[in-house]
Amino acid sequence: MRKSAAAKCDFSLVVNGEDRTVRAYPMERLLDVLREELGLTGTKEGCGEGECGACSVLMDGALVDSCLVPVAQAQGAKVMTIEGVARDPRFHALQEAFLDCGGAQCGICTPGMILAAAHLLEKKPKPTMDEIREGLSGNLCRCTGYAQILEAVAEAARRSPRRPGA
Amino acid sequence: MAGPQSDRIVGTSPPRKEGRDKVTGRARYIDDLRFPSMLFGATVRSSIPRGKIKKINFGQGIAWSEYVVVSAKDIPGRNHIALIENDQPCLADSAVNHPEEAILLLAHPERRALPKAVAAVSIEYEPMPALFTIEESERGDQIIWGKDNVFKKYTIEKGDVDGVWAKADYIIEGEYFTGAQEQLYIETNGVIAAFDAEKGITIWGSLQCPYYVHKAMMALLGLPEDKVRVVQAETGGAFGGKEEYPSMLAGHAALLAMKSGQPVKMIYDRGEDMAATTKRHPSRTRHRTAVSRDGKILGGEVDLVMDGGAYVTLSPVVLSRATIHAGGPYHWPSMRVRAKAVATNLPPHGAFRGFGAPQSLFAIERQMDKIARELNLSPVEIRRRNFLKPGQTTITEQEIREPINLSGLMDRALDLAEYDAKKKRFANENPKRTRKKGMGFAAFLHGAGFTGSGERYLASVVGVEGRADGGVRVLVSSTEFGQGTNTVLCQIAAEALGLPYEDVTIAQPDTTNVPNSGPTVASRTAMVVGKLVASAALGLKQTLVGAGMLGERCTVDEFRAACRQYVAAHGEFRSLAKYDSPEGIFWDDAKYRGEAYAAFAWAVYVAEVTVDLATYSAAVDDFVALQEIGRVMNPVLARGQILGGVAQGIGFALYEKVEWRDGRMANSQMTNYIMPTSSDLPPIRAYFEELGNKHGAFGAKGIGELPMDGPAPAIVNAVEDALGVPFNGVPLMPERIFDAIAEPAEESRPPAGAR
Amino acid sequence: MRSDPAEYEFAAPGTLDDAVTLLAAEPTEWLPIAGGTDVMVQFAAGTLRARRVLDIGNLPELRRFEASSDELQIGAGCTYTQLREHAIVAREFPLLARAASWTGGIANQNRGTLGGNIVNASPAADSLPALLAYEAELILASVRGERRVAYRSFHTGYKQMNLAPDELVRAVCLPRRFSAHVSYARKVGARNAQAISKVCMAALARVEKGTIRDVRIALGSVAPVPIRLTETERGLEGKRLDEAAIARARKIAAAETRPIDDIRSTARYRAAVSSNLVGEFLERLASGAVDVA
Repeated sequence: MRKSAAAKCDFSLVVNGEDRTVRAYPMERLLDVLREELGLTGTKEGCGEGECGACSVLMDGALVDSCLVPVAQAQGAKVMTIEGVARDPRFHALQEAFLDCGGAQCGICTPGMILAAAHLLEKKPKPTMDEIREGLSGNLCRCTGYAQILEAVAEAARRSPRRPGA
Repeated sequence: MAGPQSDRIVGTSPPRKEGRDKVTGRARYIDDLRFPSMLFGATVRSSIPRGKIKKINFGQGIAWSEYVVVSAKDIPGRNHIALIENDQPCLADSAVNHPEEAILLLAHPERRALPKAVAAVSIEYEPMPALFTIEESERGDQIIWGKDNVFKKYTIEKGDVDGVWAKADYIIEGEYFTGAQEQLYIETNGVIAAFDAEKGITIWGSLQCPYYVHKAMMALLGLPEDKVRVVQAETGGAFGGKEEYPSMLAGHAALLAMKSGQPVKMIYDRGEDMAATTKRHPSRTRHRTAVSRDGKILGGEVDLVMDGGAYVTLSPVVLSRATIHAGGPYHWPSMRVRAKAVATNLPPHGAFRGFGAPQSLFAIERQMDKIARELNLSPVEIRRRNFLKPGQTTITEQEIREPINLSGLMDRALDLAEYDAKKKRFANENPKRTRKKGMGFAAFLHGAGFTGSGERYLASVVGVEGRADGGVRVLVSSTEFGQGTNTVLCQIAAEALGLPYEDVTIAQPDTTNVPNSGPTVASRTAMVVGKLVASAALGLKQTLVGAGMLGERCTVDEFRAACRQYVAAHGEFRSLAKYDSPEGIFWDDAKYRGEAYAAFAWAVYVAEVTVDLATYSAAVDDFVALQEIGRVMNPVLARGQILGGVAQGIGFALYEKVEWRDGRMANSQMTNYIMPTSSDLPPIRAYFEELGNKHGAFGAKGIGELPMDGPAPAIVNAVEDALGVPFNGVPLMPERIFDAIAEPAEESRPPAGAR
Repeated sequence: MRSDPAEYEFAAPGTLDDAVTLLAAEPTEWLPIAGGTDVMVQFAAGTLRARRVLDIGNLPELRRFEASSDELQIGAGCTYTQLREHAIVAREFPLLARAASWTGGIANQNRGTLGGNIVNASPAADSLPALLAYEAELILASVRGERRVAYRSFHTGYKQMNLAPDELVRAVCLPRRFSAHVSYARKVGARNAQAISKVCMAALARVEKGTIRDVRIALGSVAPVPIRLTETERGLEGKRLDEAAIARARKIAAAETRPIDDIRSTARYRAAVSSNLVGEFLERLASGAVDVA
């Protein structure tokens, strides 16, 4: 068993496709490790209590609130942040749709929203509006009233070709 | 419908200027910035609502020598946050007047070392009796501010109020309450401060008003104008909550930076932000209205009180707007409004979208439905008979000079919402259902820009700069925080100059580089600042024409070439435009009479609600928002403003309750302060009409705050339609609906959350 | 963020055996963390008393589903998402699947675990009424081996449970005998998603020849622990579901609840809503509605 005294240790993660090693306290939040250690400031803190979703990332393909994950539990995980999504051709339509549909106003919830939308579209390439609403119900937005965000996700789905075999 | 000139760019929806950065995660908000040798700061706050500070103890177990400690004694200038009355200390010295009041500041190189240090400071107080509600403050047996706990008073008098009661066929009285509301921007307050003996203090922050912070730092730190620099970082939502509060936070970071000689970053966590910073003013409004048998308002009296919290801050201005809007969009042959803002030992209340208007418009729109009921008229008819018409005057005797047809607006909104058909259907079906449905609506107006002589006093200045690459750059202190400042102002400049949108950029607001175009508040940016941007842009063109480098009529390429040529010869150049008060605008500050606002936007909002009698919860199923806003500058952004504002208004009406315990917000977590999720909001349908506005850029009126005014009264009117029970306060929580149904009687008590 | 990560020790055992061995050696010292959706909230708020954290989130023994003909065993480390997606849970235990769909948003469901919900023992926990209704049993593991406990007697008081300091919940066992029951689940919160419940109900019954059989009504957020309305159930068992019976049951139900006033709601409201939900359940049963979950 791996036991850590209250000291920093090395954790290996794959972040946005790259092998990274970080030296951190095991109980440091994945959110803070991403932002501070790795300089990936696109993931945001909105509440620190898993309510707002601004800190959403994909961890081994699952949407999680990175403010609730101790980095020790991300050991060996594949993590994708907004910076990775921004470079990923699979999600190009999503970003363009957000721009075209007014999905981002102040932008602070946007990385989390896009992660949640990316996660949803990977599971359901042609979601219904209800499925979009449910998929994003863990992400709070104070600016838009959500409509233009949900419309952006629907538009992204419309613009994406059906996946082969889907 | 007089629509202004062109829609080449204004009136279209080009991409948000900073949009790509936002969707890729590249946008840099204040907590994304870091500087070498940066320290982190934190605040030690009062745990009592009122009392004297007797002793400060620095507890065991902390290596205090590693921390920078700042108290009021370290303040080089004056210990107050300069705003209106200057009564609010930056740091409490010998006494505290509200829970969470800042007493000490700590800084340390590691952010994680701060919470335990803050917890290790224990303060001994001599508590004093504290006041927590409007009623307690008014009683006057405990004076906590000034001579009588009153921050400010206004009186509006129009016509002969005292004479109407004898002539009235009906006299209808009502009392209405609104609670505190937290702005809940998803990005909390944050600043970074750095001090240099030569350059002075620099502040970077999440903020709305760089020049407010600039002014406050000069006073606090005793520095001259050119030794204070304020830079706005990308700001993640504001809604008024970052209008004046950042001056306090900036002062704190600056003091730590000056004492330590290192840059200091201070970011509030959510709990601190909710508990310690400003909220919407709670209000109590009493109406007494004289009405004739045929449903005409003869006159009325309004008694309006707002809870300002412990210090004056912006209460006089919030109260002003509430006062002026107290009559709603109706014709009052006579009216007396007596308004006051009182002190309590709560953290000071402040700006929040709407800024007093949502409070008083809630009251008048509930009162109108009550009048309708008493006279056995429909809510539609009572309004139709009393709407302001062109040629009539408001309660401040401002003449309506535009062809606004409120009756027509109302009819269109009701039609879009299928009001008549649904109301009838619900009335038939409700008796057999445990889920009762109802329809309600609200008609209202919102004055854009600063009140009365406010814009003249602000004397906003705007610049447009010619660049080496032939493009132009807008220079304003007006900030982007999601509402579209960057985009709309660039659209305006592009339109004015006949340039492509892509040729226009906008500078990051930095007080060393941009003139003071006034605060980004009061729905003034597109309308007032935009108009100045257009002027400055044309001024820039005149410079080129005057230099003989450009003809009056020119192509895009010619403009670009001339601009490059001028810059090559003279360097980057700018043209400034300064606010000039329009002719014939008269405002009497003493009598509160005259042209209160350069323009009013008008609206009718309609809500369809369901009240589930199993859970006593009200929910909105459908919402129509119809407004006349002068000119739609950018359809996507305009719609976004309305949808977002209505969402906040629905939160104000049904979900967002501040639970006060001895003056402290006890539910200072997102788990327990409830804002709507995407699963809670109905489809919101936004529609626009355009009458133009000669005082606004390309006919624009302000729209940022308008959508906050309508939802609460429309929803509560709808709940009354559904249940036959009138509620007179927001937030209207299920527990309150339950209490009223279990003990059926018209509510007259303040809501349980008022304490 | 109000805790200092530097103050925390972290142990990551590879197996359940290693985990319980450590707990036995130093009981009350180690706080187990699975999905972290409760522990990390307290950590961020600075209210976590423990300073030593034991990672049980990835233990393979806690993540299994095992189905026999009469029982489904759900590993305590299974997430809400796994519950929602599991065919047997979705088909035979809709109260639990429904509760899982109510817990936070998708991100919380991907991390939060059934075991965590049980051991955190919030009276408002979403899945616990379903476990009571289904008469779950828990398998508790320690160095001394395993023991089974009826879930009904697991919670002994507010945040008190029949769990030794060195024990972990290994699995939740659900008897597979409810396929013929009509189920009813409703959560009343401050909003439609991401809400802590004010009242949460999970109920089951069969209707045979117009009489109600094997009725189970469980409620959360109306007492220090989740409860079964045993008196209400007794009063209904074998009765015809007429207006009088429903009215009587509603009254007894309200009286059986022991709610409090707290930051989210009031006792009176909770009692009244509990009564209403019981009425809603019974009325739907009476009208012949199939699954109202």
